[in-house]
Amino acid sequence: MEFKTYSSPHLPVSDSVPAMMQRVLLALLPGIVYMICIFGWGTLINILLAGLTALVAEATVLKLRNRHVTTLLDGSALVTGVLLALALPSLTPWWIPVIGSLFAVVIAKQLYGGLGYNPFNPAMAGYVVLLISFPLELSLWPVPGAGMGFSDTLVHVFGTGLPADQTLDTLTMATPMDDIKMRLGLSETLSEMQGSALFGSFAGATWEWINLWFLIGGLWLLQMRVIQWQIPAGMLGGLAFIAFVFYAVNPDVYTTPIFQLFSGAAMLGAFFIATDPVSACTTPRGRLYYGMGIGLLTYIIRTWGGYPEGVAFAVLLMNMAAPTIDHYTRPRVFGHEK
Amino acid sequence: MADSAASFRRPSPSSSTRLHTFHGGLKLAGHRELTAARPILPAGVPPLLTVPLQQHIGTPAECLVAPGDAVFKGQLIARQVGIISAPVHAPSSGTVVAVEERPVPHPSGLLAPCIIIETDGLDRYRDAADTALDYARMAPGALCDLIREAGIVGLGGAGFPTHVKLGRDKHSIELLLINAVECEPYIACDNRLLQERADEVLEGVRILQHAVQPQNCIIAIEDGMPEAEAALRTALAANNETDISVVRIPEIYPSGGERQLIRIITGKEVPSQGFPAEIGIVCQNVGTAAAVHNAVIRQQPLLSRIVTVTGDGVARPQNFETLIGTPVSHLVACAGGYTQDVERLLIGGPMMGYAVADDHIPVTKTINCILAVSHEEMPAPPPAQPCIRCGKCTEVCPADLLPQQLYWYAHSSNLDAAQDYSLFDCIECGCCAYVCPSHIPLVQYYRHAKTEIWAREKRTHASDLARQRHEARLSRLDRIKQEREARMARKKQALSADGGSSEIKKATIQAALERVKRKKEQAGMAPKNVDNLTAEQQQLIAAADNRRRQKNRGNITE
Repeated sequence: MEFKTYSSPHLPVSDSVPAMMQRVLLALLPGIVYMICIFGWGTLINILLAGLTALVAEATVLKLRNRHVTTLLDGSALVTGVLLALALPSLTPWWIPVIGSLFAVVIAKQLYGGLGYNPFNPAMAGYVVLLISFPLELSLWPVPGAGMGFSDTLVHVFGTGLPADQTLDTLTMATPMDDIKMRLGLSETLSEMQGSALFGSFAGATWEWINLWFLIGGLWLLQMRVIQWQIPAGMLGGLAFIAFVFYAVNPDVYTTPIFQLFSGAAMLGAFFIATDPVSACTTPRGRLYYGMGIGLLTYIIRTWGGYPEGVAFAVLLMNMAAPTIDHYTRPRVFGHEK
Repeated sequence: MADSAASFRRPSPSSSTRLHTFHGGLKLAGHRELTAARPILPAGVPPLLTVPLQQHIGTPAECLVAPGDAVFKGQLIARQVGIISAPVHAPSSGTVVAVEERPVPHPSGLLAPCIIIETDGLDRYRDAADTALDYARMAPGALCDLIREAGIVGLGGAGFPTHVKLGRDKHSIELLLINAVECEPYIACDNRLLQERADEVLEGVRILQHAVQPQNCIIAIEDGMPEAEAALRTALAANNETDISVVRIPEIYPSGGERQLIRIITGKEVPSQGFPAEIGIVCQNVGTAAAVHNAVIRQQPLLSRIVTVTGDGVARPQNFETLIGTPVSHLVACAGGYTQDVERLLIGGPMMGYAVADDHIPVTKTINCILAVSHEEMPAPPPAQPCIRCGKCTEVCPADLLPQQLYWYAHSSNLDAAQDYSLFDCIECGCCAYVCPSHIPLVQYYRHAKTEIWAREKRTHASDLARQRHEARLSRLDRIKQEREARMARKKQALSADGGSSEIKKATIQAALERVKRKKEQAGMAPKNVDNLTAEQQQLIAAADNRRRQKNRGNITE
């Protein structure tokens, strides 16, 4: 009788890429739900638009490249779309998530060879293109809790119409980080700002909770071993370290490490964006350095750069450094000289 | 997920020995309950035994028998060639019917020279075994020779000739480590061996101790086999053994690998591409210890071994005492035959074993497990997806390699880079491929790259030889030319040195002229004995002269 022959090992497979991507999406859920509650339906509409565009773009390019369109089911395109959407303010017009998602999937991912070959984080590449090209649309963060109804939001996203009693100015407001940056520019000190509405219980209002929910999801991902500890620990550690140094020097101008850790995209970045394995370092030690680099750069861009948030730029910059870091951080092989 | 990477777990030591860890590894479900509680049964004497000449790492043995020869059980039928080699003995009595190439257990279904013995069913030795040797009074070297002559090789799977490991007298050995860690799932032959024959194993260990003369001796056993450990401890206690200690180690694949086990027990690392003896350690499998016992106490060479036949593809999983050369098909028949939905037949365990296309191959000294499984138990691997560099492979690699980098280089045939990333330190344990979410057959890529590199080295070697030959020829021609020129130069010089005196020239010419003249005179001399010739003789001479003249003329006209 003829038996089937396969290469070892023969035990059934223990995991799959789609399963990993599903876990990533599941881990994002608490943060997503909270963001929808706070910022309204726009967040959900962004996720649907970006996700759908990513899937359609991925399928189209795979078809054009004569690849199995079933590769689509690996879920990586959907994750890219969702991550991009979470970086966008919820009152953007419809073409913002669509353009970002198209750039992310077509240019940043598929043109480099598709899953596994892209040197840059696709979601962040898409986000940065939008940030540079459409700075106004990317500042439309709504006033927390003052969201519009679903149909009003739809009309706004797909048209230009806002409800008669509302204008963009009444609907939107600067994020705490934006606000602080602007006020510091006006020579106001942090202690003078203390007690204003932009501070919440322990960090920036509203955003502290968003970050907390993403932290919880991220810790679950760690526990499920979808991601490893080095990158999140490196990034948060690096960010906290440099924030502490400057805070210790001058607490009037520099925010606390806790504020930094729970502001903007810090937690989303540490657990979901910087951990994109394709564009990150692969050696264990390299991942730690890679994370630290992102943390440090994030702080530098946030504090002295032209943009309020620096995670996206920091990730892209460290993407460039990843191969070099990998080269110099190869682990000592068993039985080799120390 | 729960059963993957266990590197963070520190083992709980069961004795005073502090245990160490190695990087990575996997916690795998054992599946040993299928056979671990059932006794070892004899597989009997099959009608035909196919005994390969190479069942070990090193040079194949040289056949000493021819078709038609009668052999008795234990007779030497192929002798060792060189140092890293091992002899082969007839596993049972009978007649040699062929010495030819037959399929042997190999991932690619290779043919190799085998001695085929038609057994007579009597299974008889030439003479009954002598009384046991008093090994304690033998020199360690003589004991090594005895082990070598018994054809014993590492029975844990690698098949490295045991005497080579023992006889490294350049190094003083601190530790004799006996490996009772059957880390691959399904395999239970060492487990059963310890449960049933702990005394023999212990005696074998003592013999090895005497041959190696180590300072310490440790038997390492995994925590998944309490019955075997109990049997071993009972045997130790019964013998009042104090020189040998038993250390229980956590069941993490691949702790049974020699290098990993040495690391766990001693914290030392065997140098890359080196041998344990270099760091003062000799490591032997328990099965090998039992074979050493048989060789010295029963004076019986290695003729059989215990093989686990298991999986849901056989009717009655069991361990069998199996003669070397027994067809796998015979062994499966002993286990009640295949079940209906058997799909894959593996030689070895599910992590490092290889799948074979058919069962007409013999059991060799290194086969510890025959695993037959259905599609349900081990489904076909899903198609490979692109590597996403998630690094799970790096997490579990017990050799601290970067498997995804190795894959990248092996995939793109960048062999130099693969070697630079220590491809040859890969032990092919399969941990990386097991955890790979993209289902890439990583080990296959590494094996392929290794084969490519070996082939390339072979080619380089051959072309090096050719180049050396060519260069040798060129230099030889050059030398000859130079010698000739030197000779000419010397002659010329000699001539020009005394060419100035015309006296010598003249004398030379004169001498030459005289030589010619003498020759002519000789030619013109009348032949002797021609005075009293008969007319008939004169006629013959005249005819001959005539012919000679004609011939000369002919030559001239030409």
